[in-house]
Amino acid sequence: MRAFAYARPGTLEEALAALREPGADLLAGGTELLNWMKDGIEAPRTLLDITGLPLGEVAAAGDGGLRIGAVAKMSHVAAHPLVRDRYPVVRESLLQAASPQLRNMATIGGNLMQRTRCPYYRAEDGTGCNRRVPGSGCAALESGDTSAHAIFGWSPSCVATLPSDLAVALAALDAELVTVGDRGERRIPVAEFHRLPGEEPARHNELPPGELIVAVVIPPPPDGEVSRYLKVRERASYGFAVVSAAAAVVLDGSGAVAGARVALGGVAHRPWRLTEAESALRGVPVQDAVAVRAAVERSFAQVDPPPGNGVKVELAQRAAVRALQMAGGAA
Amino acid sequence: MTTLDTPDQPSPPSPDGPLRPDGPDKLTGAARYTADVTVPGMLNAALVPATIPVGRVAAVDVSAAVRAPGVHAVLTAADMPDLQPLPSPPLGHGSLPMRDDVIRHEGQPVALVLADSWEQARYAAGLVGVEYADTAAPLAFEDAPDETPASGHAFWPTDASVGDVEAGLRAADVVVTSDYGTADRHANPIEPSATLAVWDESGSLLVHSSVQALRLTHMTLAGMFRLPPEKVRVICPYVGGGFGAKGYIWSHTILAAAAALVVRRPVKIVLTRAQMFTLSGHQPVNRQTVTLAATRDGALTAIRHHSTHPTAREDGYVEGATRSTGWLYACPAIETRMRVRRVDRPNPTAMRSPGEGIGLFALETAMDELAAELGMDPVELRIRNEPEHEPMTGLPFSTRTLVRCLREGARRFGWERRSAEPRSMRDGHDLIGWGVAAASKDSIGALSSARISMEADGRVCVETAIQEIGTGMPAAIQAVAGPVLGVAAETVRVRHGDTLLPAASPSIGSMSALSVGSAVELAATRLRDELEAAGGLEGLRAAGLERLEAEATWDPAEHMREKLSRNAYGAVFAEVRVDADLGQVRMSRCVGVFGAGRILSPVTARSQMIGGIAWGCGQALLERSVLDTRRGRFRSKNLSGYLVPVNADIGDVDVSFVEDDDRRVSAVGAKGIGELGAIGVAAAIANAVSHATGRRMRELPIRIEHLL
Repeated sequence: MRAFAYARPGTLEEALAALREPGADLLAGGTELLNWMKDGIEAPRTLLDITGLPLGEVAAAGDGGLRIGAVAKMSHVAAHPLVRDRYPVVRESLLQAASPQLRNMATIGGNLMQRTRCPYYRAEDGTGCNRRVPGSGCAALESGDTSAHAIFGWSPSCVATLPSDLAVALAALDAELVTVGDRGERRIPVAEFHRLPGEEPARHNELPPGELIVAVVIPPPPDGEVSRYLKVRERASYGFAVVSAAAAVVLDGSGAVAGARVALGGVAHRPWRLTEAESALRGVPVQDAVAVRAAVERSFAQVDPPPGNGVKVELAQRAAVRALQMAGGAA
Repeated sequence: MTTLDTPDQPSPPSPDGPLRPDGPDKLTGAARYTADVTVPGMLNAALVPATIPVGRVAAVDVSAAVRAPGVHAVLTAADMPDLQPLPSPPLGHGSLPMRDDVIRHEGQPVALVLADSWEQARYAAGLVGVEYADTAAPLAFEDAPDETPASGHAFWPTDASVGDVEAGLRAADVVVTSDYGTADRHANPIEPSATLAVWDESGSLLVHSSVQALRLTHMTLAGMFRLPPEKVRVICPYVGGGFGAKGYIWSHTILAAAAALVVRRPVKIVLTRAQMFTLSGHQPVNRQTVTLAATRDGALTAIRHHSTHPTAREDGYVEGATRSTGWLYACPAIETRMRVRRVDRPNPTAMRSPGEGIGLFALETAMDELAAELGMDPVELRIRNEPEHEPMTGLPFSTRTLVRCLREGARRFGWERRSAEPRSMRDGHDLIGWGVAAASKDSIGALSSARISMEADGRVCVETAIQEIGTGMPAAIQAVAGPVLGVAAETVRVRHGDTLLPAASPSIGSMSALSVGSAVELAATRLRDELEAAGGLEGLRAAGLERLEAEATWDPAEHMREKLSRNAYGAVFAEVRVDADLGQVRMSRCVGVFGAGRILSPVTARSQMIGGIAWGCGQALLERSVLDTRRGRFRSKNLSGYLVPVNADIGDVDVSFVEDDDRRVSAVGAKGIGELGAIGVAAAIANAVSHATGRRMRELPIRIEHLL
């Protein structure tokens, strides 16, 4: 690790000014940035610790939604009454992520800035990864074993997935990031924040240099919506998802789906909303697993997994069905 | 060296026996591990590992690294002192590190950076430019031919047989044959390997090193640096887990001592987690084929068990996967065969639990398949094949407890309530399955000595060089010495972990408790006799003596002269829940009953068996290192990409022991226990998954993709 300077800007303006300096990077919980530094992925010259800025509040928004400050801790947000009562999918995605120790340190903004866990991206020497060293190839794709990789939105240059659980829950709820920078305040939908690799896998997300995340805003949930998070993983705790599914469902009086929002994790380098399935689910009795499955399959008509990852196509559909039925009280 | 001492005020004893005297220091962080030790003038070293699996070092550019902050020197092969070559074993790799320009495996050290701080050394190591030549595609396991192993790691006959297997197959009503696979696994102790080497002006070498074998480290360094043994001292009171990764002498230990000699300053090397994946061995992937033949009533008529695995080209490690097949079940015809394939990869090594931990996954799954074919209860099938003597050799058993373990385990588990039909037990989305497997491990010993003293005021101290690896050796030593001398076990002070103390067993092969326990029992008995002759403490004081001291050595070659089959046994019963749609498997319950001779310390023996079951659960469901065969390197060299169980993965665990006391294995009556708990677990879990789902599991770890 290269030697670096550490600073604690006192205001958001100071932080933005300092962030414009070459080699500056933001430090919040440190649970991810320090990994990058130790593994040689990043070598910042100055770390700007923003945990002292007034960005940690969780509060009701004017429109009936929720605003979560970027440096609020994962554990704090998971325990917040408004989150628990109105957005259970957010709470569940947080509590199934990482470990209690990490959740006590890691922040909401930092969680969304996570990078892929692809073993080649995280390798100690970074060889064979276009995301790490542009032009060095995609060893994951070349190896033929892509079982931990994407089935949607991948490219020949990169098959990585996004590891964040929270992003999947937020994408299902149509949440937005609030950022500030030279151009003032911007709002970016969480579902569009992370970039699909295309030919530029080294660009992880839509946050340009000099800009920082100040909050996440979640719109008010529709009346009667129930939301749940399902995480399929090899280890019972403290493990990244093989696939995950966030589902938010409103039922009509007969138990049929009046509205459904569903996103998958572990299948792409962004949370993958199943928009075709959401349309097809309207009117489907949530108890009817076969019909729910048929609706989910609408979003898989075009799926084109890389060689070696056909299993995930099936697992992802089963996870979506289960999460929808959980949210609908049928599983 | 106060760190060698156990606390003066020991913890109160638990209802089940003494607690660990080393516990408070470990919990409070007062216990010092190798990487914690610093000495004046010390330099920190970082290795520069090869990034290719096959080839040659053409050039090393150190110009940027030597200019980096805090860097004192960068050493390459040209700087290495002349060392006496030694084979593997005792070395982990069968060639000296940085001996020449040949790259034998990915991760092999090609240069060494010495700096004031570890961070500076590690940063500068990344600035060393290595140019390679003659690179080639690595030879992979799948492409290499089977060979009969000839390296020094073949401790047992690679081919063994008794009777006529073909005749046994013809005589059978039922024959099952299947292939079984286990994965490449890494030991991943929490404490990474570390060595601090200090030379003094007289040319003596003091080494602090996290090792499972103090004496082996001592003698290897003496041999390699051509020193008389008394000029080498190795200190290691505590090991933060080893599981085999610290059993042999790996390159960092040699390099620390060599670098310290070259720069004439103390040098410390602490491996990174990634380096632990290439420079401390691994358990190799194994392919096994088992054929079982039996008559309709379940009597075995033939067993054939073949294994093969990849190993390093030079002095490659050999896995004894088929050995226990020669002693577990009565059968007139048995054939076992071990093969290796020499490939381009780091050398594997013995990892908990070598041999039986792999071989009994195959054999005990095959027994379950045979039971299913016969329509017989799998516990009953095993009991029906209980031998009177070792089938392969005809040798008598010292003691044998398998049937008692099976019966007691079945009782504790509630096995009689099992519904034999697969997929017949369900709870919501979860299919529930029950499985059973036998466990066995041979008991071997190592020459061990202990010195024990009693002060005139009654205080007792035991001294032995044993390294405490987390298994609770100080507690076991207290438990042996206390009763012999008539003092409370927890008041016995234990000094350990230094080659200046009487030499003791390595912490490998489940040898240490029975070997050191025997030495302590002999020494304590001798001291008691001397004390009685002196008229007890009263007599001691009356004679003006301040203390009495006795030393004893236990020699397994002497003790085990009688030809016997000496093994520990166990029975493992597992319950799993398998999500019928999502393929997630969780072990909800496990009962382990073990016969391991006299249990010296109930508290530490129990926790070691619980740890073994967790370890076996990891083997069954999680642990897998993927070798990228194109690049000849392990893919995820970190604990984020290599999964071991966490607490949430381990359901209810019930561990107990059957009565056993085997004085023909050891003077103290104990058998080998350390690795027993991890054996049989994978087969019990795999058999439970097969019972739950109706799909036979023959490949570890069992993954979601096997069950969709």
